[in-house]
Amino acid sequence: MKAFRIIGRSFRDAFKSVFRNFSLSMASILCATITLMVVSVSFLIAANVKDATKSLESELSIVVYLEQDASESDANFLQSTIKKLNNVEKVEYKSKDEWKQEMSQYNESFGTIFEKYETNPLLDSFTVTVKDANSLNTVAEKIRDMDKVESANYGEDAVSTILSVFDVVEKVTVIVVIALIFVTAFLITNTIKLTIYSRRNEIEIMRLVGGSNAAIKLPFVIEGFVIGLLGSLIPIIVTIYGYIIAYGKLNGHLITDLIPLLSPYNLVFYVSLIIAGLGAVIGMLGSLLAVRKYLKI
Amino acid sequence: MKFIELKNVNKTYSTGVTALADLSVEIEKGEFVFVIGHTASGKSTFIKMLYREEKPTKGSVIVGGVNVAKLRNGKIYKLRRKIGVVFQDFKLLPKLTVYENVAFALECLGLKASEIRPKVLKAIEIVGLKEKVRSFPHQLSGGEQQRVCIARAIVNEPKLLICDEPTGNLDPETSKEIMSVIENINKDLKTTVIMATHDKEIVNRMKKRVLLIEHGILTGDYMKGRYKSHESV
Repeated sequence: MKAFRIIGRSFRDAFKSVFRNFSLSMASILCATITLMVVSVSFLIAANVKDATKSLESELSIVVYLEQDASESDANFLQSTIKKLNNVEKVEYKSKDEWKQEMSQYNESFGTIFEKYETNPLLDSFTVTVKDANSLNTVAEKIRDMDKVESANYGEDAVSTILSVFDVVEKVTVIVVIALIFVTAFLITNTIKLTIYSRRNEIEIMRLVGGSNAAIKLPFVIEGFVIGLLGSLIPIIVTIYGYIIAYGKLNGHLITDLIPLLSPYNLVFYVSLIIAGLGAVIGMLGSLLAVRKYLKI
Repeated sequence: MKFIELKNVNKTYSTGVTALADLSVEIEKGEFVFVIGHTASGKSTFIKMLYREEKPTKGSVIVGGVNVAKLRNGKIYKLRRKIGVVFQDFKLLPKLTVYENVAFALECLGLKASEIRPKVLKAIEIVGLKEKVRSFPHQLSGGEQQRVCIARAIVNEPKLLICDEPTGNLDPETSKEIMSVIENINKDLKTTVIMATHDKEIVNRMKKRVLLIEHGILTGDYMKGRYKSHESV
């Protein structure tokens, strides 16, 4: 009961003090608003970059041709061995007879050419999809070393350039987002520290009349929580409406169809949650750190 | 066992200044003791040690059976709840009313609102501020603010009331009133009172036990009424 009363009073005091120290609270809230806005935008960009690289990467695959004399059992054996390799997602088999049929249907002249051969001149093939585009090279090399494999190709040169660019872009966006989160935490914490500095007498008096450390911290921590949440309000609204409007105006892709944008509904929801969570947690931690300074003797 | 017992207390600040040197003293329950001395004589350090705002470098400070010197930071509030402290600069929360300032001390303890109300009103009545319950500190005179501070110090019925120059900012007439409030608390509630002061007039008039601290050393311990200001200070 006692704990509940203390918690209840902490909530009352926290709200009271947000409004009684309005100008200082406002400084903290605005600081949170601006920094969280930047974080939100960089989150949206990072998510889209990640998705674009993923979707491009998933289209990269290795085409494997088997030797002319490979039997069906060879093909089966190879298919299962390739499947067991690390990072292999999918192995699609297409026999030379299927190729022949497909090509004949595509163009009659192929059919007449094929009739001149006694046996089927085409090769059996696998299309190998990998989980991680960076492993294309190693997987292809392993396949080349296998018996009865004629060739395994994936357009090495073009792919390696694209991949290294993607890699850099992805890493940079992650670093930028993390750095921004730290900057946000630092800025919000410092503004809250300033507001608490102006109230250090209050903390001193609380201590002198016998407030336990926890009872003194609680209202400040809740206040930080409220400030963080209030600060995340505008960034969340801007994220939701801004992204939905931008998505509509750009018809769902950036510049070309090759770079699709993520559909707004899930994304906007998650980013809003992250922004609210960040605001609340940073606000609380900032207050806690600031108050602790005045609780030591 | 004595209520308050200081044994061989030394205090050296990190700056190298020695505030107290080998100070030992005992105080009984219900006593009224003045602590006098010049500025920077160490009397403030002595007072602060009793409510653990300062820690001795050496020696033990026992208050109500607890060695305050060994109290951990997180447990200080337990000691503070048994002690009322009155300050020269009042230390009231400016944005709370008189009632809220006094109630604050009890809210920290997690008491029910229905328990807090009668205690607060009683404490405010003892210091004679019944009419100003809803005023804010800036609407009060210095003497009135000091009364609020006293009310807050005694609202939890502490065994010990520590006063650090409570009349330092007040005119002689108001000082007299404040002193009679404190004296009544000592008499009626049997609260032990320890008071640091500069005010010779008060010390001479009240004829209580006097501890004289000079350059960090306890140079005089005068029993009731033995102290006369011409001897020193």
